[in-house]
Amino acid sequence: MDTGYSATHRPETFRDETFRGEFSYANSPENIRHFPFPFHEDAYRYSVNIEPHVPGRPGSAFEHLIDVDEHYLAEMADRAQVLAEDPLRYQALPHMMLAQWDTLELLMEEQARAYPHLFTLERNGDQWRWINRPLGIDDTFTFGDPSTLPREPLDYICRQTQGDIALMDQRDGNLWLDAGMITAQADWSLDFDVGMNFHEWHAPVPLAPQMGVFDRALKYLLNLQLGKPVRRLNWTMTINPRLDTSPENYPKWGPDRTTVTPENVGQKVHLRVELQSLWRLPRSNGMLFVIRSYMMRMDEVVTVPKWGRRLPRVLETLPEELASYKGLSRYRQTTIDWLKRHDDGAPTSPGIFPD
Amino acid sequence: MQGATIRSRPVYPGLAIAPFARRHIFALEGEGAGALLDIAGDLTPEVLGRSQILYVARGSLGVGHHGALQNLGAAFWAAPTVPPLLGRLDVELSRSHMGTRLYLAGTEGFIGQAMQVAAAHGIDPVSVITEHRGSLARRVQCVHCKGVTEGVTTSPFLCSHCGLSLFVRDHYSRRLGAFQGVNIDAEEPGAVPPPEELYL
Repeated sequence: MDTGYSATHRPETFRDETFRGEFSYANSPENIRHFPFPFHEDAYRYSVNIEPHVPGRPGSAFEHLIDVDEHYLAEMADRAQVLAEDPLRYQALPHMMLAQWDTLELLMEEQARAYPHLFTLERNGDQWRWINRPLGIDDTFTFGDPSTLPREPLDYICRQTQGDIALMDQRDGNLWLDAGMITAQADWSLDFDVGMNFHEWHAPVPLAPQMGVFDRALKYLLNLQLGKPVRRLNWTMTINPRLDTSPENYPKWGPDRTTVTPENVGQKVHLRVELQSLWRLPRSNGMLFVIRSYMMRMDEVVTVPKWGRRLPRVLETLPEELASYKGLSRYRQTTIDWLKRHDDGAPTSPGIFPD
Repeated sequence: MQGATIRSRPVYPGLAIAPFARRHIFALEGEGAGALLDIAGDLTPEVLGRSQILYVARGSLGVGHHGALQNLGAAFWAAPTVPPLLGRLDVELSRSHMGTRLYLAGTEGFIGQAMQVAAAHGIDPVSVITEHRGSLARRVQCVHCKGVTEGVTTSPFLCSHCGLSLFVRDHYSRRLGAFQGVNIDAEEPGAVPPPEELYL
């Protein structure tokens, strides 16, 4: 097994690219194989699909629990630009300060452990030193004292971590979305949803509530144990490699959906996968929810033959209601037709990884 | 029962007097007056002596309830519009102690705004007694410019702040006291379907 797979994921260089304007974002051949392809079989099936978040296959997005890849610097630059234009993408209700510190600690520790050549955390009692080499940061601060950091702890560390971050407070037998930094979301608004409980937050999702999906997920998550994070994959599609597909900016990215033609599918249409991980936080008993987005255009998907065969088969079996909710309706068939040219009808092997 | 299928929308169970409260504050808007008048039989002299009624005859067809409310015999104050009523509610709550119960009745937008005032005083929304009366009009926040439009009865409608055509999504934020409005013709500017009167 693992034939053709790259060794340990250890990004040394970062791509100079954009997620807007000329859309120069692309994946290197190594990073294509790093991609968390979300379909383990040839048909679509709705499920909660939660599994333990433990280190996975070397070279894949699952190797390290907080994944850093070649897009790190470009994503951090895009995030800074989103926040400059719309500060409401960061929210933290006052009672979440302890959970903020929990999160800062977790994200610093995980990144420093996985990528010692990029990040260093030195702890001396409550005097901490954090070195982030890619971003040129070297800060010393007092853990627990917000006045010793240039920003609130959550704001500070989220600007140095790939992926959207939501913090949930656990009380009254529910999980409350009480803080977060959300700049790369698939069409949901933190500003609107902050303060909501688990069911309220997911209210607009079709089908799943009736299937009891959120009831079961909540029950499971309320019992999440410290040191035993879990993960699941979610997916949608995005036209052009745009990270900020927020409802706030829908008038800016919505028209992109009308631009897909049989000729440009390979360049324009991107599979967008969220590697969602959930972590119990030690001091606050809150929960950290990391929503790490990966994008790969169709041209890149079909460089992995198994994925090129499977994706059109899955897209054909997606219920229209879900296709509509995910915003695929305008270009789903065009994309399937294009992908079918790369599907020779051969059977595919089980599981998500390339052969 | 309306709203049962929108999981982010609060449930408004109906007014019922909490008999052992030390103080009762009723904030009523428009047809919300009827919610209190319908349970007038439960208003004992003891309850009335501890009650404060704030009323605004706006939002729906509420004109004419002043007299009936005043005749109940509790402390009564009528506001000309919703904002002064919310200001007065804020003052009353700032002077309230443990054992105060808050009752809200009227349109959903009014309840949502009064609930925001209550939340600012640390009152748990679950402890507020509510009843929806009158118009189904929605209070809607434009997700793009963040402006709130009151009394929305159609979808789509024009944002009163930025002018975009907004579809009213069945998603409600208690914190904002509003539904979410999302641009309906973002993908094809100008392709706006005719408004439907869904929330009269």
